[in-house]
Amino acid sequence: MIEFKLLGIGILTWMVFLPVIGMIAVLFVPKSAEKSIKYIAVGFTSLLLVLAAVMLSVYDPAKAGINSVAGFQFVEKMTWIDVPAFLWDGRLKVEYFMGVDGISFPMVLLTALISLIGAIASFSVKRNEKGYYVMYLFLVTGMMGVFVSLDLFLFFVFWEIMLLPMYFLIGIWGGERREYAAIKFFLYTLFGSAFLLLVMIGLFFSSKDPETGLHTFNMITLMDPKTFAPDSLFGILNQTWRLLAFAGLFVGFAIKVPAFPFHTWLPDAHVEAPTAISVILAGVLLKMGTYGLLRISYSIFPDGARYFMYPIAIIACINIIYGALCAMAQKDFKKLIAYSSISHMGYVLLGMASNTTIGINGAILQMFNHGTITAILFLSVGVIYDRAHTRGLYDFGGLANKMPKYFSVLIIAMFASIGLPGLSAFISETFIFLGAFQNQFIRVVAIISVLGIILNAAYILWTIQRIFFGNLPEKWNDLKDINARELISTVPLIIIVIFLGIFPSYMLNLMTASVNQLVNFIWGIN
Amino acid sequence: MEFALHKLPLVVLLIPMFSFLVLSFFGKKLPRGGDWFGTTLLFINLGFSVFILYSLTQLGKYELNVEWFNLGENKILGLQTFYAGFQIDALTGVMLVVVNAISAFVHLFSVKYMENDTKYTRYFAFLGLFTFSMLGLILGNSIVLMYVFWELVGVSSYLLIGFWYEKPAPQEAAKKAFIVNRVGDAGFLLGILIIFLTIGSFTFNGIFEGVEAGKLSGGMLTAAGILLFCGAVGKSAQFPLHVWLPDAMEGPTPVSALIHAATMVAAGVYLVARVFVMLSADALTVITYIGVITAFISATIAITQNDIKKVLAYSTISQLGYMIMAIGVGAYSFGFFHLVTHAFFKACLFLTAGSVIYGMHHVQDIREMGGLRKKMPITFYTFLMATLAISGVPLTSGFLSKDSILAATLAFGSINGGFNYIVPILAFLIAGMTAFYMFRLLILTFLGEPKNKEKYDHCHESPKQMTIPLMILAALSFFGVFSFNPFDASGGWFLKLVKMPEHLLAGTSGLFYHILPLEEYMEHIHHAHMTAMVLSLVISGLGILTAFTFYYWKKVDVEKLTESIKPLYNFSLNKWYFDELYDIIAIKSTMGLSRMSAWFDGKVVDGAVNGAASVTRSFSKFNGLFDNIVVDGLVNLTGGMVGAFGLIFRKFQTGKIQTYIAFLVFGILVMYFIFRVL
Repeated sequence: MIEFKLLGIGILTWMVFLPVIGMIAVLFVPKSAEKSIKYIAVGFTSLLLVLAAVMLSVYDPAKAGINSVAGFQFVEKMTWIDVPAFLWDGRLKVEYFMGVDGISFPMVLLTALISLIGAIASFSVKRNEKGYYVMYLFLVTGMMGVFVSLDLFLFFVFWEIMLLPMYFLIGIWGGERREYAAIKFFLYTLFGSAFLLLVMIGLFFSSKDPETGLHTFNMITLMDPKTFAPDSLFGILNQTWRLLAFAGLFVGFAIKVPAFPFHTWLPDAHVEAPTAISVILAGVLLKMGTYGLLRISYSIFPDGARYFMYPIAIIACINIIYGALCAMAQKDFKKLIAYSSISHMGYVLLGMASNTTIGINGAILQMFNHGTITAILFLSVGVIYDRAHTRGLYDFGGLANKMPKYFSVLIIAMFASIGLPGLSAFISETFIFLGAFQNQFIRVVAIISVLGIILNAAYILWTIQRIFFGNLPEKWNDLKDINARELISTVPLIIIVIFLGIFPSYMLNLMTASVNQLVNFIWGIN
Repeated sequence: MEFALHKLPLVVLLIPMFSFLVLSFFGKKLPRGGDWFGTTLLFINLGFSVFILYSLTQLGKYELNVEWFNLGENKILGLQTFYAGFQIDALTGVMLVVVNAISAFVHLFSVKYMENDTKYTRYFAFLGLFTFSMLGLILGNSIVLMYVFWELVGVSSYLLIGFWYEKPAPQEAAKKAFIVNRVGDAGFLLGILIIFLTIGSFTFNGIFEGVEAGKLSGGMLTAAGILLFCGAVGKSAQFPLHVWLPDAMEGPTPVSALIHAATMVAAGVYLVARVFVMLSADALTVITYIGVITAFISATIAITQNDIKKVLAYSTISQLGYMIMAIGVGAYSFGFFHLVTHAFFKACLFLTAGSVIYGMHHVQDIREMGGLRKKMPITFYTFLMATLAISGVPLTSGFLSKDSILAATLAFGSINGGFNYIVPILAFLIAGMTAFYMFRLLILTFLGEPKNKEKYDHCHESPKQMTIPLMILAALSFFGVFSFNPFDASGGWFLKLVKMPEHLLAGTSGLFYHILPLEEYMEHIHHAHMTAMVLSLVISGLGILTAFTFYYWKKVDVEKLTESIKPLYNFSLNKWYFDELYDIIAIKSTMGLSRMSAWFDGKVVDGAVNGAASVTRSFSKFNGLFDNIVVDGLVNLTGGMVGAFGLIFRKFQTGKIQTYIAFLVFGILVMYFIFRVL
């Protein structure tokens, strides 16, 4: 087990709570010192990225994780809550248990990266910066916590923590219909959390740690079938309850993904959220849904993962095709990207539904790639919205000559988003299709989903045409090209997109061991 | 020496990329916008490619493979590793030279042609990007790598078709090209998926071994073959996905020469040639017929077009169909041979068309031209040479390749019999039509009287930077480049290098198709050769003669003739109405579906969410009312009653102790009586 501590505190704790320190620092700065507030936020998120890079340098890709504590890295474990006489049923023990493996580590990297990018992109926020950055940093803590928690209770706490700042960030700093969007987002996620909570409590009461004989929230213990007595609620004899629990969890996570038909909060939230928050939302938050599916649903209920393969594949296919069709009909640039996110997250679900090494590798890779690519797209929407104060696709034209640098940035991101080879999403999408093709039924779904790549190309190229080609309307004669700050937030992402398109192994190697382990676990191969 | 040589293809691949990067980032700072930079690099690259081709004839083929990535150790599948690499064999060696040569000449030609364009540097950068992608496509030793570069050439093509994106037509054409190609590519991708599923390898050698070992056979093999061919249908503009290529002529003319005539569109043919040995008999049947149908349809369209580039575009589609058909009938080497000869003479035709357009100040309609021979002699003679080649006149390269293809179609008829004779019949007919419409183009453009006197007077011969590439390309359309014998190429270096391979499934049959062992097959071709040559000479001669009768000697009134077959003429002029058809079945319906989805999403799905919210809200309102009226009402009622009683009872509360005692005694008495009675 890799021990890695700074000042006696584990690196994951630093990763999770560094933003809180930043938040406190911001609270101490007077409201008028906007510049210092911005620099503090960027400073702390940069530190986060540095720590992530340090983790990357010592990360051992050979360790699998998933259902063995020994396979996790940077593990921190201590007792957090301990109620000796809890109700009539023994002892409530919640652990502060964190660690990363090949499924969570790419997400940790993504979160660190996108948080910094988002902090830079937030410079365009022009009112109540102090409050904004306090909320922003708090949000980062919530997100990071979700990806590193190995205790269900802790996971749930971070899951809910993330909700609160998001609500305010959309509700206060958002666009015209911000309150509607914020409430919709909040209630929708809360609705999903209710399912999560139910299953979590069910798991707790039906579990019995084989070593201590206590109920447990420890995810890794919960993955062990021996934890459940055969006649307990989620025991082997209660197959129906286990499947119901999987379905319940699926609803909870599907809302976050978002999977059809639980997706309508997303376009509203995106359209109303400020640029940086859209970036976070699409870049990281959506991945919490698919991550939760892999980490909790698939790992604790592998029987459910097998049982629900086909329904998940069908939902994935609907996401892909339906999301693309909806995107095509949009007149608002941001809404179009939001729907394209729905379509692209469908690929993630399709890869996961296949339950194959290559499919799930593709899914995780796609989670990372979609995070980076969509971040560029939303940043680019922000660039144009900041200048023109409109996002209407029909309001533009001819920007290619007016804003050549912007054109280059956006066209690369757009081609990446339609899965152009040489750019990162191609590898992940191809993996997903290769995985989906292994199963006879999902193969049919995959063949239908291939239509999605045509539709994607159609609406993206049409968007390029409407924004960049043709003649420049006169009102945009003094539009300025993308500036240095905006380039700083987009170019690194573009470099990553190109790099991972050519050398995917740098990301793949981090996760293959874990994915193989997970797939073996799902199919009961040991 | 050997080590360096084996790395040379990588250098050849990366040089154009280098040109692209340098021009993209620093091009504007270089003198003359950096045109000399890209052009010089390309000529150096051409030198390297010729050297590689030469070394190939000396050292034989080789391959370089490195691990690209792996998926780790899996308990069932073991270590899944994916390789990437390149191979140098006859196909690649020849293609390297063809692509680099034409790219270099197009670079040179563009220096003058694109002069004064505001995006001059960007143009040369894109040419570099295209050349890089095309070379990658050729060099890649695995089907996935091929797909990767396949898509990249698609993007470069998109960027170059839409190069003048200020105008609406190029935008539309670029988008159309990309999306139509995507349709084919979707099939290509599915083919790759089948191959991975059954064989588990992506390298061509691995795939062929898998097919030989029977891992992929029967219906799946046919499906895989047809799906891979779908990619070729898109890229090589075969029916029914041919509609993008004529529109692609909106790009700059040198680009049309490079991408949409000589190299990229031939990629589909290259793909089919690459995987030829594993194509099942049924897949080959499909390929043959798609090829011949494409060749026929586009030849009928080319006859009536009036835009110089459109005629050439349809002739390109037709010739590509010819190549596809050739490989379909099993004449692998001949199809590929035609690809190469066609690349040179068609590039020459397009560049001469460019020269005409340049000289005529952007006139493209041949009805405005005529008599240009006197004004542009070099352009005329090079055009003539290429036209002779494409029409299959002896002493040209086109004669050699076309003649062998025709022999192969005859052999195809004799092997498979029955209705399969339609293939050679159509093939000969197309050869005649080709000769006809090419000479129609030549006569209307260069001979006769000028139709637009004013344009004619301002017309001039193009400068040296443009005419030199023309002359070289015209020279490359001469038979001697490929063979000493002007009537039989089989002794020439080309067909000695690119040999017919033994098909992996030789001896098997499909529904209407027999794959013969190589020797037996060659026997059939040999038999057909003489007949084919004579027939083709007669037919192309007839085609040329008809063109002269119609348009030069004017023995037949063309106007009257078209009037008498008006419906047919319109059908051809309007390109068989494919665009209109696709507009309805593909574009309009997709857009409709998309609007419907958006409506459904807003009204139904989101409506349900909002509905649930408002139901909850009205319930909570009701709940609130209930709380206010009923629950609180009850509480208030209780309170009120207590109050009312209080009011009554207050009367008794006088504050005097005597009264209380009196009440107390009264109460006790009342209680006493009650209990007594009970």
